Amino acid sequence: MEIDFVIEKFILVTAIFAISLVIAMYSTYAERKVAAFLQDRLGPDRAGPFGILQPLADGVKMFMKEEIIPANANKWLFMIGPGLAMLCACIGTAVIPWGQDMMVGDRLVKLQVTDINVGLLYIFGVISLGVYGVMIGGWASNNKYSLLSSIRAASQNISYEIGMGLSIIALLLVTNSLSLREIVAQQHGWQWNVLYQPVGFIVFMVCAFAETNRAPFDLPECEAELNGGYTIEYSSMKLGFYLFAEYINMFVSSTIMAALYFGGYNYPGMDYMATLLGPTWAPLFGTLIFFLKIFAFIFFFMWVRWTIPRFRYDQLMNLGWKGLIPLAIANIIITGIVIAIVNKF
Amino acid sequence: MESLSNKKKVLVSKPLNLAERMYLPAIASGMATTIGHFFKKPATIKYPEQVREFSINWRGMHSLKRDEQGRERCTACGLCALSCPAEAITMIAAERKNEEKHLYREEKYASVYEINMLRCIFCGLCEEACPKEAIYLDGPIVPADYLRKDFIYGKDKLVEAPLEK
Repeated sequence: MEIDFVIEKFILVTAIFAISLVIAMYSTYAERKVAAFLQDRLGPDRAGPFGILQPLADGVKMFMKEEIIPANANKWLFMIGPGLAMLCACIGTAVIPWGQDMMVGDRLVKLQVTDINVGLLYIFGVISLGVYGVMIGGWASNNKYSLLSSIRAASQNISYEIGMGLSIIALLLVTNSLSLREIVAQQHGWQWNVLYQPVGFIVFMVCAFAETNRAPFDLPECEAELNGGYTIEYSSMKLGFYLFAEYINMFVSSTIMAALYFGGYNYPGMDYMATLLGPTWAPLFGTLIFFLKIFAFIFFFMWVRWTIPRFRYDQLMNLGWKGLIPLAIANIIITGIVIAIVNKF
Repeated sequence: MESLSNKKKVLVSKPLNLAERMYLPAIASGMATTIGHFFKKPATIKYPEQVREFSINWRGMHSLKRDEQGRERCTACGLCALSCPAEAITMIAAERKNEEKHLYREEKYASVYEINMLRCIFCGLCEEACPKEAIYLDGPIVPADYLRKDFIYGKDKLVEAPLEK
């Protein structure tokens, strides 16, 4: 293994880690601003110009708060919970292809940390692991509300993982590959998967909302019934980690949706831009487009949160088991038939 | 019973039809509503920098007026204190000396005039009772403070600034 390969990957990992943390940090700010604008308010505007330093102020506040661990809590698991939530949220971005291969000097740099051939399964697994942070934290708190909340989170995530997996199967029929790099590369220019899989996309998106515990599926942290859910006994930066992990999850989900269905770094006219900007800057421009798509999805997440009321628990289960799963199965069957017919003629 | 007002509406609970069960049409219309608000002007007033305009009959902090020559109008008749339903006003009267003619308009004046802003209900009856047009509630909002004694406003806070010579 060459030393410059290690350096290249190190820089890439650091950059992606930093970017996803900064985006998650400013998502908290953006969420409050979006909420305010949707409700004819102004939102935070006191810390710095337009309140731009608000996330830093929140962070300092979180660190300065007194740390309380309940006497009857399982201390070890209580501490593992937030860390696990954070870890699972952060490692998801490792297989995302952020751009086309970039020429730096005479060296070809892959804008992807690792290209494993089961990238899609890896992401799927990591997202599923995310619920462990919630479950362990909720159980270790030794509080009935947090326990109820973690049970809800677990059953909700398991139910919606099925729908998500089935919608991905229909996508695999179209792409014939599990490697995220290939899936994104196939969507060159206009050929975005959402044009071939609109129903699959809707199912995937609804499931992504449920997996990230975002409204309208934020039953695990339901304030009115569970007093804040699994975070009820957490204080200081442990609470901060849970809240932060939710925003990182939102970023990762937006990234996956943009990469799988909306072409990732592909955009119409990219071949023309490639001749115009050259092999160094054109991939970076594609990355910029990718991030614009991600921001659009993050905005969509927030827009939905401040529009739709929370689902009732039976409605949630009905939608998941009786709505999305049959829909996803029908989608697989129809996709399979269409592909068979197209291949025949 | 027959409805007399014609406003009675009988509610029937029907099972949801397909469009309602899919949630998506309702969600789309809801999101159209919220995005409409996104581009509306915020209703917020940034308080310390911006102040909401008061209406013309706003009653705020009291001020003791001066006449056109800059002399205090108040003659310490005590009608304001008498009319005050909250018993917020108190005063001590004094006789004007010859060399103070440029300070006080009448021969009697209030040497001490105090309003307890914690008692005051800003009803404006003192303003109505005053025969000399000496007190008006035309000031700003009375500011918050820490100690009860600081809410008793004396002449230093109440009397209008002297005329510019």
